[in-house]
Amino acid sequence: MKAGDLGELALRNLREAVLRNSLTTLGVAVGVASLVAMLSLGVGLQELASKRLSNSGLFDTVMVMPRRNMQTMRRPAATAVPVKEAPALDDDARKTMERLPNVVEVYPQIRFPTEVRYNGNPYSTIVAGVPDSARGNGAYDGIQGSFFSGPNADEAILQIEFAKDLSEQTAGLIGKELVVRYAERQALPPQGGTGDGSGNDMSGAGGGFSIVPREKKLRIVGIIETEPAAGFGGFGSGRLLIPLEVASTLRAAQVNDLRDAVRATNGKPAYASLTVRATSPSQVEPIETAIKNMGFGTFSLLDATRNLRLFFTIFDLLLAIFGSLALAVATLGIINTLVMAILERRREIGILKALGAADRDVKQLFFVEAGVMGLFGGVLGVGFGWFIGRALTWGTNIYLHRQNLPSAHVFSVPWWLVLSAIAFAVIVSLAAGLYPATRAARLNPVEALRYE
Amino acid sequence: MTTGNGVAVRAERVSRHYEMGAALIRAVDDVTLEIRAGEFVALLGSSGSGKSTLLNLMAGLDRPTGGAIFANGRNLSELSSFELARYRSRTVGMVFQSFNLLPRMTLEENVELPLRLAEVDRGERAPRVQEALERVRLEKRLSHRPSELSGGEQQRAALARALVNRPTLLFADEPTGNLDSATGESIMLLLKEIQQKLGMTIVMVTHERPLAERFANRIAALADGKLLTDGVKS
Repeated sequence: MKAGDLGELALRNLREAVLRNSLTTLGVAVGVASLVAMLSLGVGLQELASKRLSNSGLFDTVMVMPRRNMQTMRRPAATAVPVKEAPALDDDARKTMERLPNVVEVYPQIRFPTEVRYNGNPYSTIVAGVPDSARGNGAYDGIQGSFFSGPNADEAILQIEFAKDLSEQTAGLIGKELVVRYAERQALPPQGGTGDGSGNDMSGAGGGFSIVPREKKLRIVGIIETEPAAGFGGFGSGRLLIPLEVASTLRAAQVNDLRDAVRATNGKPAYASLTVRATSPSQVEPIETAIKNMGFGTFSLLDATRNLRLFFTIFDLLLAIFGSLALAVATLGIINTLVMAILERRREIGILKALGAADRDVKQLFFVEAGVMGLFGGVLGVGFGWFIGRALTWGTNIYLHRQNLPSAHVFSVPWWLVLSAIAFAVIVSLAAGLYPATRAARLNPVEALRYE
Repeated sequence: MTTGNGVAVRAERVSRHYEMGAALIRAVDDVTLEIRAGEFVALLGSSGSGKSTLLNLMAGLDRPTGGAIFANGRNLSELSSFELARYRSRTVGMVFQSFNLLPRMTLEENVELPLRLAEVDRGERAPRVQEALERVRLEKRLSHRPSELSGGEQQRAALARALVNRPTLLFADEPTGNLDSATGESIMLLLKEIQQKLGMTIVMVTHERPLAERFANRIAALADGKLLTDGVKS
C-alpha cells in the first residue's frame, strides 16, 4: 500500500476508537513529559553550574610556572641526578604561548602586599591586578558600581569585606579616593656590567634590586560581594583590585622577588608565573600539554571539570531512567490498545487480506497507528514537560527570592531534547507496536473472516 | 488470464486437512477440479461438505495441505505470502455471504479499498469506483454507509468492490445466503449479467440446488470433502 493511503487508513482507524486512542496517546504524553522534565532539569542544572564555573574563570585557565618552581616543591631524590636547565618564563615564552591555538590571552599574575590609606587611617591588604578581559566575567555580575573604565584607569574595586573595614556605609565609598602605599622594585645595575639598568625588568633578575616606597592614588569605582576566583593563585586572593596594566606599571615588589633575586638566571627578565586563558574549558588540555612540552610547569582544574562532566552524565542518566519509567508504562498502554484493536478488528483484517492486503500492509498499518500515537504523544509530552519546567523554575525562583538569592534558570529544554524526545516517543511506540503488528499480519484470513 | 488451454483454475488432487486434537478433519480430500475461463461454476453441497474450503483454496485465502492449485499458470501453494496477496488483489474478486463491507466506511470508500491495496493511482480510482457502482446500479449511494443500505444493496456494493480491480476470477461464497429469495434472485441475475457481459469466470458456493441449476453452467457437488459429481448442466 502507498504511504499516503497507509496514513489515511491509520488515522481513520485511530479516529474510530478516539477515546481509547486519546487515552493511550495521553499516556505516552505523560511518559514523555516526565522524561523531558527530568532531563531538562538535569540539562538546566548542568548549564547553570557550567555557566557559573565558566564565568569564574577557573576552568578555562592554565597557570604556568617555571619548571624549577615545581621541583623545589618536591623532596630531593636520594641520588642526585643533574637536572637539565629549565627554560625561562620570559617574554619570549609568553609570546610563544600567545601563538598557541585557542589561546585568548596570556598575562602575568601581579599580587603584592600594600598599605591603603583612607580617611587618614592605614589598612593592610593585598592588591591584585585584574586583566581587562575579566570585564565579562560572571564574578562581576553583582558588582556595586562599575568595572574599571579602561585598562589604564587609576581605579580600584574593593572586596566587600575590605570595603566594610574602610567604612560601614560601603555604598558611600564609590567615587571616593584612596592611596595605595607599596614597595617599588628598582633594578640595580648587574655586577659585571650586564643588564640595561632601566629598572623595567619584571623580577629584578640578573643584578638584584632595591626597594623604594611609593604611593598611588586610586578612585574606588566598584565593590564586589564575592571574591572573584578567576585566575587561581593570581588576583583571586586580592581584596583590592586594580587594572593589570596599572599594576604592572607600579613595578611593585612581589612575594617571590626575594627568592628569584638569589637564583642564578640567564640575565633576562622573567615572570614568576603566567596565566593562560583558553577559548573554552575543552581547550585547556591541549594547551596544557603544549605548554608542558615547552618545558614549563602547569596547573589547571581540568580534572575537576572532568569530574563535573562525569557527575552530570551520571546525574542525567539517572534522571533519564526515572523519567523513562513513565514512558515504559505508557508503552504497555500502546501494546494493550493495539492488541485490543486486533481483537476488535480481526474480521476487518480478514477482509483486508481477502481484498489483497499483504501481511506487510497489515503490519505497516498497525505500525503507523502506533507511530502516530507516539508522534502525537511525543509532541504533547514535550509541551507538558516544558510547562512542568516553567512551573519548576517559577517555584524555585520564588524560593530563591525569599532566601534573598538571585533567580536562576534551573530548567532548560534545548532543541536537541525536543527532537530527541519526540523521536524517542515514536521509536518506543513503534517498538511497542511490533508485537501487535506482527500478530495482526500473521492472522489467517479464513479464520479472521469467520470471527464474529 | 488462464492457466493454458482456456483453464482459469485447476485443482489437482487438492486436500485441506485440519488437526483438531487427536482428530484429523478432512475438509477437502483429494479433489481434482478444472474451471475453464468464462464458466459459471457452482460448488454445491451441504454444510461441512468442504465447498467453502475449496473456494478459499482457489481464491488464495488458504493453502492446501496436499495437491496443487494452478491459476495464472502458477502453483498457488508455491507462491510466497506476498505473491499470494498480489494474486488475490489483481486476479481475484470475492463476494461473501455476510457482505463483509467495512461499516465505518462509505460505499465509495469500501469500493475504493481494493484499489488502494493494489496501489492504483489516485486519479484513476474515482472513475473506476463510479464504473463499478454503476454496474451494480448503486452509483447514487456513494456517500452512504453500509448500515444505511438494505441487504441486497450491501451485497451489490460488495459485488462492486469485487469487480473494481477488474479481476478475471470472481469467487462468491453463498452470495444469497443472507438475503430473501427475491433479493437473492436479483443478485444472481446481476452475477449472470456480469459473467455474460465481461466474460468473467465465476465460482459460486451454494447449498441451494435450484439456484445452482438455474444460473450456473456447471455444478460440482461435494460431500465430506470429496467431489461427488462434476458436470455440465443438461
